[in-house]
Amino acid sequence: MNPAPMVALVGNPNAGKSALFNALTGARQKVGNYPGVTVERKTGRMALDDGRPIELVDLPGTYSLDPSSPDEAVTRDVLFGRQEGERKPNALLVVVDATNLDNHLRFALQLVALGLPTIVALNMIDMARRDGLEIDTAALSRELGVPVIETVAVRRAGTDALRTALAELVGDGSRVATPAAAPDDIAVLQRRARAIAARVTVARSDSRDWTRRIDRILLDPVGGPIILAVLMFVMFQAVFAWSQAPIDWLADLQAWLADAAVKSLPDGFLRSLLVDGVINGVGSVVAFLPQILILFAFILVLEASGYMVRAAFLMDRLMAGVGLSGRAFIPLLSSFACAIPGIMATRSIDDPRDRLTTILIAPLMTCSARLPVYAVIIGAFIPARQIVPGVGLQGVVLFGLYVAGILGAMGAAAVLRRTVARGGGGGFMLELPKYQMPIWRDVAIALWQRAYVFLRRAGTVILSVTVVLWLLTSFPQAPDGVKKSEYSIAGRIASTIEPIVRPIGFNHGMALAIIPAMAAREVAVSALQTVYSIDAGDDEKIGQERLSLRLRGAWSLPTALAFLAWFVFAPQCLSTIAVIRRETNGWLWPAFTLGYLFVLAWSAAGITFWTATSLGL
Amino acid sequence: MRLDQLPLRQVSTIASIDWSRLADSEAKRLRELGFDAGVAIEALHHSAMRGPIACRVGRMTIALRRAQAAAVSVEAP
Repeated sequence: MNPAPMVALVGNPNAGKSALFNALTGARQKVGNYPGVTVERKTGRMALDDGRPIELVDLPGTYSLDPSSPDEAVTRDVLFGRQEGERKPNALLVVVDATNLDNHLRFALQLVALGLPTIVALNMIDMARRDGLEIDTAALSRELGVPVIETVAVRRAGTDALRTALAELVGDGSRVATPAAAPDDIAVLQRRARAIAARVTVARSDSRDWTRRIDRILLDPVGGPIILAVLMFVMFQAVFAWSQAPIDWLADLQAWLADAAVKSLPDGFLRSLLVDGVINGVGSVVAFLPQILILFAFILVLEASGYMVRAAFLMDRLMAGVGLSGRAFIPLLSSFACAIPGIMATRSIDDPRDRLTTILIAPLMTCSARLPVYAVIIGAFIPARQIVPGVGLQGVVLFGLYVAGILGAMGAAAVLRRTVARGGGGGFMLELPKYQMPIWRDVAIALWQRAYVFLRRAGTVILSVTVVLWLLTSFPQAPDGVKKSEYSIAGRIASTIEPIVRPIGFNHGMALAIIPAMAAREVAVSALQTVYSIDAGDDEKIGQERLSLRLRGAWSLPTALAFLAWFVFAPQCLSTIAVIRRETNGWLWPAFTLGYLFVLAWSAAGITFWTATSLGL
Repeated sequence: MRLDQLPLRQVSTIASIDWSRLADSEAKRLRELGFDAGVAIEALHHSAMRGPIACRVGRMTIALRRAQAAAVSVEAP
């Protein structure tokens, strides 16, 4: 039997390709990477009307087949059957934006010229009509020589017609045509595209151009940056304000589980492992899922609405000041969720030195894994006071930590651009797509994927680190009168690194917490939990108390602030270092990152501690 | 007149582009984004402190820096 026919989804960025992919495949998707290159491979399954399966592969959005960027090279290699890890597609589904035919037809013409079985999806046809454009689909089909189907991917319109057309096109999937050489004179293709677009489009009267009107406000030289700053501020306030209720539910669930375990197991090794190690350790990390999801939701909605590239436009001048481009803004903003997708998103930056600098400073953006640490420390040491109605002091401090990371990154970029990553042009050219209502289903799918990744991490990395940590902090058993956390193996490891961090105000427990945090920053929280609940001994009542209460007794304010400052800069995540190695093809830059971030973190924590102490805080 | 001198919201046409003033990668991207002699163009927004310019080219809105915009000659409106 033949494998399921493969159809490649190709098109310009902003053609609505991903929305069409989601509409055709639903949640039956697999996301991975092409071997050897850092280009995302997204595939999904769809069924034709007669039940036959088709494998749909969503190729990266590109403007042409000129292989100058990794994305374009992969697209080209897949189409020519040269891409490792991918078979030759049986057919192409080319997506074009109906409101932007002049430009999108150029790439479509290049693709049609390959001579593979091809269908063109004329997407966003509703927006074109709204803009006052009437497109003669039959004429377009004649001009291109392939079937053209009108679609509105966001409302799943036209997907039935696409399925029918695809069924005809792929036949039994046994035929795999060899593509002809692609024409590559962009200027010639562009002129043909414009001529065809002009022949098949009838523009009616003046359109109501919402995007233009909105841009006059959002891209205003004065108002635009203010709106951006307010938006970012609201986002970070919301992360704290909206997450309280779900965090409480998760805490209740955790307490209930711990209680059930205590009741059903005899006191001893197993119960302690389960309650202190697994339930409370993993629970203290999972408790931050609501905040992480709120942050991701904001970023996803801003991206889907088309605002994110406007933010890049507004930020370009500022970024140029430290030798970066506005393009770096999107990877850096993604790094607020997690540095790993952020570093991977730097592939869209053409200039290699721009890209390297962006990669090196991405870990300074406050990723969501720092949130649990910040939240615990802020919750313990910063009073929940309102400065003005609706603006809490805790939110302001959190905002300040984000700002500290940004300023640190800007400073680092300015230095790096003048030293190790000197030279290079670093231009800034990008398309500002039309504003769109985000497709809530797609936002939900993406959010679910993030939640799944986080929970999988909690269930694997964080669980095992927590258990190992519990073992290291519990053994060997301390004799009476000696603190368990001092006597244990972990305590002894921490004692060896303590001299390095003692000058910046860190105590033994903190030295202990930052070791497992190398695996994942948020583990610092469960590490503190383990350290302090073990020191509480067998006193059930104290053992039940909240970690923040415990910390307030154990740390001074300067120490707590130094710990926060440390986490702003510290290279506390080995996965990030691994991704930097992969993206820069060697150990030089990851080693460099580790070194410079460590120096930065140590100095920042030290300065914070010494200043706070001398101020008598 | 150069694109960076074109007054906001006045429709004009690209007269010529001095490709030699642009790096290869910039020239390629500019072509891909639809810049070509004879195409209608309109400057829409100037960002603060002589930052980038957003302009309408054909049916797309494109952001580019002033240095690159200076390579694009437009008809006086």
